[in-house]
Amino acid sequence: MEIVYVYTKKRSEFGRQCNFSDKPAELHVDILPDPSLTDNFIDRDPCDVAIQCTQEMSEHEVNTERFDCEPCGINHVEGGWPKDVNSQEMEQTIRYRKKVEKDENYVNTLMQLGSHMEHCIRQNNTIDIYQEYFEEEEIVEEMEGQPSAKTVNVFRDPNEVKRTATSLSWHPDGSCKLAVAYSSMEFQKVTKDMSYDSYIWDLENTNKPEMTLKPVSPLVCLEYNPKDSHILIGGSYNGQIAYWDTRKGSQPVEMSAVEHSHRDPVYKVIWLQSKTGTDSFSASTDGQVLWWDIRKMSEPTERLVLDPSKKGNLDNALGAFSLEFETTMPTKFMVGTEQGVVVSCNRKAKTPAEKIVCTYSGHYGPIYALQRNPFFPKNFLTVADWTARIWSEDIRDSSIMWTKYHMAYLSDGCWSPARPSVFFTVKMDGTLDIWDFLFKQNDPTLSLKVCDEALYSLRVQDNGRFLGCGSQLGTATLLEISSGLCTLQKNEKALATAMFERETKREKILEACHREMRLKERSRSEQSKEDEAKDGEAEESAEELVACAEREFYEVVEAEMKKRGKDDKKEKEKYERKLGKTVSNENIFMFTDYLNTSSQEF
Amino acid sequence: MLEETLKRIQAHKGVIGTIVVNAEGIPIRTTLDSSTTVQYAGLLHQLTMKARSTVRDIDPQNDLTFLRIRSKKHEIMVAPDKEYLLIVIQNPSE
Repeated sequence: MEIVYVYTKKRSEFGRQCNFSDKPAELHVDILPDPSLTDNFIDRDPCDVAIQCTQEMSEHEVNTERFDCEPCGINHVEGGWPKDVNSQEMEQTIRYRKKVEKDENYVNTLMQLGSHMEHCIRQNNTIDIYQEYFEEEEIVEEMEGQPSAKTVNVFRDPNEVKRTATSLSWHPDGSCKLAVAYSSMEFQKVTKDMSYDSYIWDLENTNKPEMTLKPVSPLVCLEYNPKDSHILIGGSYNGQIAYWDTRKGSQPVEMSAVEHSHRDPVYKVIWLQSKTGTDSFSASTDGQVLWWDIRKMSEPTERLVLDPSKKGNLDNALGAFSLEFETTMPTKFMVGTEQGVVVSCNRKAKTPAEKIVCTYSGHYGPIYALQRNPFFPKNFLTVADWTARIWSEDIRDSSIMWTKYHMAYLSDGCWSPARPSVFFTVKMDGTLDIWDFLFKQNDPTLSLKVCDEALYSLRVQDNGRFLGCGSQLGTATLLEISSGLCTLQKNEKALATAMFERETKREKILEACHREMRLKERSRSEQSKEDEAKDGEAEESAEELVACAEREFYEVVEAEMKKRGKDDKKEKEKYERKLGKTVSNENIFMFTDYLNTSSQEF
Repeated sequence: MLEETLKRIQAHKGVIGTIVVNAEGIPIRTTLDSSTTVQYAGLLHQLTMKARSTVRDIDPQNDLTFLRIRSKKHEIMVAPDKEYLLIVIQNPSE
């Protein structure tokens, strides 16, 4: 309802001055209460009303002026002599002192204090209460039960299509990050939707990788730069090398030029020891080892062709599968090849022919891992085919120690950086073996089944406590091994040295024996050749050799048949005696056939 | 009697020196040279005061009875009193 008051005014009166006059009150609007409206309301009984009865206060902040404190020490020079005593004058001070000493209080107090003091002095002289017991004896820690390893974390490939985790690399400063390279090593199994990415995982977070590396082609191997923990170098499936800076993002900072790179997947890339910290080298099955400076990736700084005939012929070259470089021996490096041969090379040689120093052969398959023992650089471990072998640099013909032949292919291995006698291997059936050859030589000390699929790569962290292994389905498992396997035992170095020396000596002796035998053979064959020449016989031609062989063959066959005939007769006589009648010849043949087949079954 | 006590203290095995200091820091009796004495007297007096006030702050009923400072080279023992301080420096048994 609108309350409106209407009044009228003549147009001619607009704008006139206002004359006000008093008027008695007029009632304009009177709205009476309408009881029917109460139906729209509900009575509220009781009503809650909050009332506060407090003192009103106001807040006010005051900051006092800063009070400057300064700590200072006092160097006490001379006691608080009373005013009348001059501290410099000896007589006055002595007199004062004598006065004090006469005081009765002084005597009593001092007697009391003296007795107390004597007690403590005597106490000190009797027992040294702070004596360190058993100070010289070192705390001997018992071997904590069984060696064990437990899985700490599992990092799965986040992509749908799983690729193999082919290489792992630990972050150089402590165990916080792990870089894993993923690629599919099976021939022509790469599908369109298979991603090329490799990841850097933070060990705490298994759900999502910390960083993704996006190469042009999937990475087969990946290494952190030990000098600069932000730089990583990776070798890819198409033969190119790329390097990343984790501060700069997921794309590689630079890639090597395709024309100058490898022509096969790069299986191993290692950082070198150099002043600039930018040198690295890579190996691939195309037979080349290339040196790179990451500042200039357009072409390699050096190239070596692994041609055992030392001619630099690429067709003859051995395909390289693994590389080894020890920073304590910067001029030497070793390459493990597809053909099962380890080639030891010298980097500082003048001509390419001299670069290849020597070869060690003894494996039947490609050498997947090659590493020098961090405590004994003269000995190195190779992992290939179904065995792992330990070699000494001096013995070329065979390894000094080797494991038994396993049921599954060994795919990777490495030494423990904490103990000289411990090394790890992984197999294609998904097991991880920890070997301690001072404890047991025939079997691994600990054998763990990590996963159901094949394990392809393995890397131990620098403290020897954690290790990561990568599997065929891209799962990287982080394991922690028990402290007994990663703390140096007493005498371990001495025992390991003794063992290596003993095995090396044995091999040397064997080698010497073989050499002697060979020499004897050679001299004997030379002797016999001379004799033949004396007889006047010319060199036997090929046909004569064949005829001779044929003759010998038929002689042997006839002798065998005669022997069989005699046996058959004996059998026949026995059978006849059994049956009590003669058996015809045809039956003999069937009978002998039956005998032959039955003996074959056995 | 007092002389004997002090002499006996000094004669114990390992005791290097004995000092008696009064409340004002004046060395009354000493067996060490004067500069060392003055140093010990002044510093230990302050330390004893501090130690005593610490003990009494924690528990007002408590009081400091003895103070022993063991250092690499020797042990300083302080027997405090209201007016005087008896300080002995000893080389403990080793």
